[in-house]
Amino acid sequence: MKKLLLGDEAIALGAIYAGLSGVYAYPGTPSTEITEFIQKDPLARERGIRSRWCTNEKTAMEAALGMSYAGKRALVCMKHVGMNVCADAFVNSAITGVNGGLVVLAADDPSMHSSQNEQDSRFYGKFAMIPIFEPSTQQEAYEMMGEAFDLSEKMGVPVLFRVVTRLAHSRAAVEIGEPQEQNGFNPATGKGWVLLPGIARKQYISLIEKQPAMAAAAEESAHNALKGGAAPLGVIACGIAYNYVCEAGAQNVLKVSQYPLPEKKIKELAARSQSILVVEDGQPVVEQDIKAILGAGYKVEGRLTGNLPRTGELNPDNVAAALGAATGQGFPPAKNLAARPPQLCPGCGHRDVYTALNKVAAEYPGARVFGDIGCYTLGALPPFQTLSSCVDMGASITMAKGAADAGLFPAIAIIGDSTFTHSGMTGLLDAVNDHSNITVIISDNLTTAMTGGQDSAGTSKFEAICRGLGVEPEHLHVVNPIAPNMAAITELIRKEIEYNGVSVIIPRRECMQTLRRHSKK
Amino acid sequence: MKTDIILCGVGGQGILSIATVIGEAATAAGLQLKQAEVHGMSQRGGDVQSDLRLSTEEIHSDLIPRGHADLIISMEPMEALRYIPFLGPDGAIVTSSKPFVNIPNYPAEDAVMAELEALPHVLKYDIESLAREAGNPKGANMVLLGMAARYMGVFKPEQLRAAIGSIFAAKGDAIVEANCKCFDLGYELEQ
Repeated sequence: MKKLLLGDEAIALGAIYAGLSGVYAYPGTPSTEITEFIQKDPLARERGIRSRWCTNEKTAMEAALGMSYAGKRALVCMKHVGMNVCADAFVNSAITGVNGGLVVLAADDPSMHSSQNEQDSRFYGKFAMIPIFEPSTQQEAYEMMGEAFDLSEKMGVPVLFRVVTRLAHSRAAVEIGEPQEQNGFNPATGKGWVLLPGIARKQYISLIEKQPAMAAAAEESAHNALKGGAAPLGVIACGIAYNYVCEAGAQNVLKVSQYPLPEKKIKELAARSQSILVVEDGQPVVEQDIKAILGAGYKVEGRLTGNLPRTGELNPDNVAAALGAATGQGFPPAKNLAARPPQLCPGCGHRDVYTALNKVAAEYPGARVFGDIGCYTLGALPPFQTLSSCVDMGASITMAKGAADAGLFPAIAIIGDSTFTHSGMTGLLDAVNDHSNITVIISDNLTTAMTGGQDSAGTSKFEAICRGLGVEPEHLHVVNPIAPNMAAITELIRKEIEYNGVSVIIPRRECMQTLRRHSKK
Repeated sequence: MKTDIILCGVGGQGILSIATVIGEAATAAGLQLKQAEVHGMSQRGGDVQSDLRLSTEEIHSDLIPRGHADLIISMEPMEALRYIPFLGPDGAIVTSSKPFVNIPNYPAEDAVMAELEALPHVLKYDIESLAREAGNPKGANMVLLGMAARYMGVFKPEQLRAAIGSIFAAKGDAIVEANCKCFDLGYELEQ
């Protein structure tokens, strides 16, 4: 049976059909649709596959490791920067090893369509010394998910599954197989999971000893295949890059979709070529590594040598140019054209919050508003231009705190509800303990809006969380940011800025997008 | 045979429903298909675009190379202009003629129209008014699909019509009929 699926959906279905028992994830473009698919899939529901959103990527990674400990197959999904959040658990899961199959999916975003950086998750796979799968097509993504679970159980380590935006969010027909049974309940035994130094040293040696088997698996993998025949230029095409290389008609290609790198096949390609062009989306991971395999004397080109752009995603045009193939011309760019950046929806509560904040901030020449990650980051753009920073999940509160420690006044943080529970709570505790002079706005729209309106972990719990962290009740306010209340809210912000300590104001109004969806039902 | 289509517009205008209908028609016709979409931040009132590739042969790249598109289908005239570097020399543009102005620096409407008209194959109509007159204000994208049908070498119009039937079937016969009416209206417009 064939189904038209997004890359993300092919991954989800591949995992369900591989006997998945739980998916653990925090929403993040371009990975969100994987978990959403599993939440709605009839077989996943029938099997009771665990699929609620997690508070952040670290809790997701740890819970998935726990499910693996109990013998079942678990999947963790995140966007690339989520790997930074879960890195502690991720790296150590390679040291403990796994029991049930564990696949960690990282969706990278070269060109930063919806991200703060274009870090390449393959570095994390190398760092943790585990196998990495990187499919080229939706069909391969579906098939490789089952293979990833099998390999994870065979090697006793997690497998990193890396995709990029253009695979995650591209649709194609996928041939679907038959679902396999889920693993039974079979908790691990032994002390290998207790990473005290004495045990961790042994576990680490065991991970090192597994490396040749991982290398052999990649060497034998059908996904790492030499195509065509000898030619002066050899091409190594990783993951989605293979599609662009084929589009340009290259004839002497090693397709790489499973790591560690297949050294024998790389040497074989080198022997039948005079130089090698490495085509990989993201950062020049393979381009750097194959120098160690082929030696300094062999000519290797790619992003580092300028044959391909150093930054930004691959596309059929820059790959064709690097291969010396013909590229199309098209019409010259239009003259009557203006950029159309995204903006906050009409009627969005964040708009009212920014209007009030701007009014008060204008009264203080030293005022800075530290922003965070979500729809409200658009408050950095016209017409509001309120924000001085946006760095990573939760950084608004902690940066405001650090700036206040250095004497900045007033230091204001604005953070969304979902981002607050993801990574803002611990920073608020620091600020409370230090009695920092900051004003925190938790702009609560009752959802994780930016990624399409997923449930937010803290909904209905924010007052209790803030009180529990030690915010003084008289400096904790919940308000409704609608027009008739805005004068009072503006005055409240003014008053709390003047309070020398931690204040939290929670403007709460439902997201316009989820409101529209709810009112349709 | 292949048809490479760039679908574009402003976030929220419904370009992905056009893509869904074409995808259904392609699947029913046994064609190969790849469709790259943009999700996430840009859907908030920003420019949105989708590359839709249809072919009787294997399709490699999810993205359309520069100068290879056979057709630009746009819900907004300036957005159609944004992608002309991807349009092939004989490619066509099928677009709404009505600007969607949600930015302060939208270029002069006359200049946008003049630049569009200077291109070789352009079909533009006020699809929203046409849909409203047809009694289906939400059917503007189906009017546009009807206008585009003649430019999709891989399909006969009946195949697209049938796909509208299957995509909207769950919403009832009245919705299917209203959308088919909009499609027919667009198809019959003077080229």
